[in-house]
Amino acid sequence: MPVLKRDDTQIWRRRTTRESLTHWFGWLLGVAVFAYCWQIISASTTWFFVWDAPRIANDIWTRATPPRWEYITQLGRPIWDTLNIATLGTIIALFLAVPVAFLAARNTTPSPLFIRPIALLIIVSTRSINSLIWALLLIAIIGPGVFAGVIAIAIRSIGFCAKLLYEAIEEIDHSQVEAITATGGSRWQVMAYGIVPQILPAFAGIAVFRWDINIRESTVLGLVGAGGIGLQLSASLNVLAWPQVSLILIVILVAVVISEWVSAKVRGAII
Amino acid sequence: MSAVALEDMVGRRWRKPAFVKNPVLRWTLILGFIAYLIAAFMTIEVDWGRVYDGLDRGWAFVLAFTSPDFTSRWSDIWSGLLESIVMTVAASVVGILISIPIGLGAARNVAPLPVYVICRGIVAISRALQEIIVAILLVAIFGFGPLAGFLTLSFATIGFLSKLLAEDIEAMDKVQAEAIRASGARWTQWINYGVQPQVMPRLVGLSIYRIDINFRESAILGLVGAGGIGATLNTAFDRYEYDTAAAILLLIIGIVMALEYLSGIIRARVQ
Repeated sequence: MPVLKRDDTQIWRRRTTRESLTHWFGWLLGVAVFAYCWQIISASTTWFFVWDAPRIANDIWTRATPPRWEYITQLGRPIWDTLNIATLGTIIALFLAVPVAFLAARNTTPSPLFIRPIALLIIVSTRSINSLIWALLLIAIIGPGVFAGVIAIAIRSIGFCAKLLYEAIEEIDHSQVEAITATGGSRWQVMAYGIVPQILPAFAGIAVFRWDINIRESTVLGLVGAGGIGLQLSASLNVLAWPQVSLILIVILVAVVISEWVSAKVRGAII
Repeated sequence: MSAVALEDMVGRRWRKPAFVKNPVLRWTLILGFIAYLIAAFMTIEVDWGRVYDGLDRGWAFVLAFTSPDFTSRWSDIWSGLLESIVMTVAASVVGILISIPIGLGAARNVAPLPVYVICRGIVAISRALQEIIVAILLVAIFGFGPLAGFLTLSFATIGFLSKLLAEDIEAMDKVQAEAIRASGARWTQWINYGVQPQVMPRLVGLSIYRIDINFRESAILGLVGAGGIGATLNTAFDRYEYDTAAAILLLIIGIVMALEYLSGIIRARVQ
């Protein structure tokens, strides 16, 4: 226990002198890095606009209220497209994520030396790139539209679903697998009766969870031209139709809240 | 003894139990799902000719990954990357600092009811709005540049971190906190010695995880003019310079992998 001796009385302290010195040095370094970063940000900021910001914000607010409610009649199709992008994207992603997860899990991979690293690479690379960037890329390749959005969401979700799924596979109870093997089940039968029933609740949970995230992401995919309600948002922003923008933002918020509620209900029912 | 006789003796043949027990609910779900899929496929418009034309370009992009071009646009890539990193660091620091008091306020066992309601409201607003939409609004208000991106990421960090921190504080061990209070500690001392040591490992882990997310998000904020590598990437796609785009994507993947590895080490050490 670190104690400080002063006038023959021992005073309790939390850290030894060396520890506090390292702590202080760490804090100093952190503050220095932050100050440097702040300087770079501040150097590339037009401060006049920032001081003017409250007036601009107020101006936008007065333009955006009240929302143009009658515009909602034109939003039906975009909302349906958004829902399709999220749902179909999730379904495709799940189909692709299941084999990747089985190849990546330590206890089911056919070859831990060659195939597992490839599966892990697929997981990391699809996960680390945002769906908007995938959409940007796919629009350059297969042209703008809902289809590019579906594929972008699907690619982005593979890594996420496969990662959670392979962690679930690695945590299964091995005695059940062994019981099926002991009855003389083939490799596929062990898979179907020993492993799959154990990960099915996790799988359903992951699917709904990812669907919820995908609804959020698909609402903004249209900003780069990949279909859905984001297209209307970007069109309205381009012509500075703020009452339409505010209505679209309200619609997006409602969609996000509903999907979160559905996802929470379904996961609550499963677990 | 034949199989038929055995079945007669033990009753019905064993079948794999269904995932959804209630047959009515199960069939409603399946039929509804099929109906939805048909409707979705009917309304999705895919220009297969365009997709087929794009396959060459897609292949060119895949090939570009084997020969990424880091050199010819290096100065653009470097300035974009630096801006992304600077935004990530500054926003993470500010976001974490602000989310600690809000996290304390959003924990029911620490904060009184009015504070709790206000802090939970802030968390809910921050979580419901996506980064990219916040970025659009902030760019409109504060002008182009990394300041808007910095504010967006800080705002998103607050919602994420405060919520998880509050949940951790609510789940803490009451006995330790009670012991500190019984020794006559003030409120600040109680937080500092009774609560903080319990939630610190998780707070550090979550903060590192959030830095990771912030970097990934900073890569797309440039699409709407909020600074960072996204603008460079967008330009590269628009000009069909796939080798430069591949180089940027590889850099993003590399940095995310390094951050993930680092966060794994740090989280293992603090827990």
